[in-house]
Amino acid sequence: MSNTWAYSDTVKEHFFNPKNVLYEDESLFAHNARGMSGNIICGDQMLMLLQIENDIIEDIRWKTYGCASAIASTSMLSEVAKGMNIFDAFKITPAEVADKLGGLPPNKFHCSVMGDEALQAAINDYLAKTNRKPLKIVKKVAKNSCAGKDTK
Amino acid sequence: MKKVYLDYAASAPVRNEVIWEMQRAFYDYGNPSSLHASGRKAKARIDKARAEVAGLIGADSTEITFTSGGTEANNMVLNTMWGLIYRKSQRNEIIVSAIEHPSILEMAKFLENLGFTIHYLPVDKSGRVKYAELEKLLNSKTFLVSVMLANNEIGTLQDVVKITTLAHKNGALVHTDVSQALGKIPIDVEKLGVDYMTMSAHKIGGPKGVGALYVRSGAPLTSLILGGHQEDKLRAGTENMVSIVGFGVAATLASRYMPKYNKEIRQYRDKLRDFIVNNIDNVAVNTPANALPNILNVSFAAAEGESILLALDSKGIEVSTGSACASGNIRSSHVLMAIGADPELAHGSIRFSLGPDTTEAEIDYVIAKLPPIIEKLRKMSTVQPARHSGHVPESNELHGSRNKSGMTAQKATKHE
Repeated sequence: MSNTWAYSDTVKEHFFNPKNVLYEDESLFAHNARGMSGNIICGDQMLMLLQIENDIIEDIRWKTYGCASAIASTSMLSEVAKGMNIFDAFKITPAEVADKLGGLPPNKFHCSVMGDEALQAAINDYLAKTNRKPLKIVKKVAKNSCAGKDTK
Repeated sequence: MKKVYLDYAASAPVRNEVIWEMQRAFYDYGNPSSLHASGRKAKARIDKARAEVAGLIGADSTEITFTSGGTEANNMVLNTMWGLIYRKSQRNEIIVSAIEHPSILEMAKFLENLGFTIHYLPVDKSGRVKYAELEKLLNSKTFLVSVMLANNEIGTLQDVVKITTLAHKNGALVHTDVSQALGKIPIDVEKLGVDYMTMSAHKIGGPKGVGALYVRSGAPLTSLILGGHQEDKLRAGTENMVSIVGFGVAATLASRYMPKYNKEIRQYRDKLRDFIVNNIDNVAVNTPANALPNILNVSFAAAEGESILLALDSKGIEVSTGSACASGNIRSSHVLMAIGADPELAHGSIRFSLGPDTTEAEIDYVIAKLPPIIEKLRKMSTVQPARHSGHVPESNELHGSRNKSGMTAQKATKHE
């Protein structure tokens, strides 16, 4: 059965007290951008909802189905992205999120990758809505049995 | 903080009597192979433990070989097969159930790579091997059938007598891993009729790092570890005497605790199961009716296993999950996949396993702490159980409770 969760105290804090998480239905958070990544067959799925004004992320909410590090990574990412210009937020790397969490076990690193893909998808959703060209999302998830089955 | 240990199937707390006897055994420092008094004293301790372990399964002492644990014992049996095949036998096929422990499945894979034919015996929805399939697979080339008596993840019990009867009719040998079943239900090697049986000490309150293999008198066995005459030349290396002594004491205690399993422990397990089924929606009970009395495996829709486990851990409740989120995706348990569980539900599986020290108050504590944990994780989940949709409950083994998940994933935004 499952093993290895040498999680940092920061990961634990974000897992037990996630920031900006949306416990209610997404219709209850006013947003003008929405992005999703991952899929539940593979086991992790993230949803990002943004309230953007003048290209600044004014507010953010998320939902995650996944393990503790997936929940903590999405929580930390939401903290980092809040208040950022969308073009800067688009460039947040999984490594930055993992660093801010005090590191993630190597086999859990993919969890933070999924969160930023949801954020990027949300930003592109906003760019499309404002008649601008979407930015290129570089898929970073390593090849695995679930590759190619992303929610699209 | 209150601690409720419900992971006995992973490892049971070492009994005090075991620790005390092991402490005394440390003073008998002689090498059991030495002929002098100190050596003989150490040897006598091993002989006593061997009789105690043999007694628990109705075997003769001479049929017990001590190993470093269940894994080594399982490896040893399969390893024997290829050694023998190379030497003389025409039989080069092995049948293993699809829900065996990795120490069988990975050894089978190893043999497969060497050119042997491995048949993976499928199981039904309750985890029982398909006996009709077994009959079809058995033939004059079958060397061995290996099916565990009780499954470690969901607790399913197999009809080993039936398996032995079918296999022996075809001249095949039979191995069963009883690591989980030992001490929980009566086991008699004569009644089961098996040729090999794997046992582990730390699942019955003994120390880790010691196990045993029962080998029916006359059944072939090749040594996995070479370089000494110990264990009747079947397992080289100076014996792990102190741990073996601990195993012996644990075996003796196990027969004393066994009646509890079919009474209190079963009652507490059923109480927890009934509470979950009646109070938390969108759950699937993976443990069938015909299972060990101390195991309860449940899947919670829309909540992931590791998250549930860590949230329970924060309340002092210790359990296992079949979900292992690692390197790119969550691998679902091969056992849950083999019984045809919904892969999405399988990610949210939790195994509660009870033992002789479990109390009703502990189960009540779990009952109080579990629902808010599941509720919180579901509220933050992208997956929403379809609470009010007309999902069709499947026929099931336990109280009509094995629901279809009825989950719906939220759709991702489409970019035009």
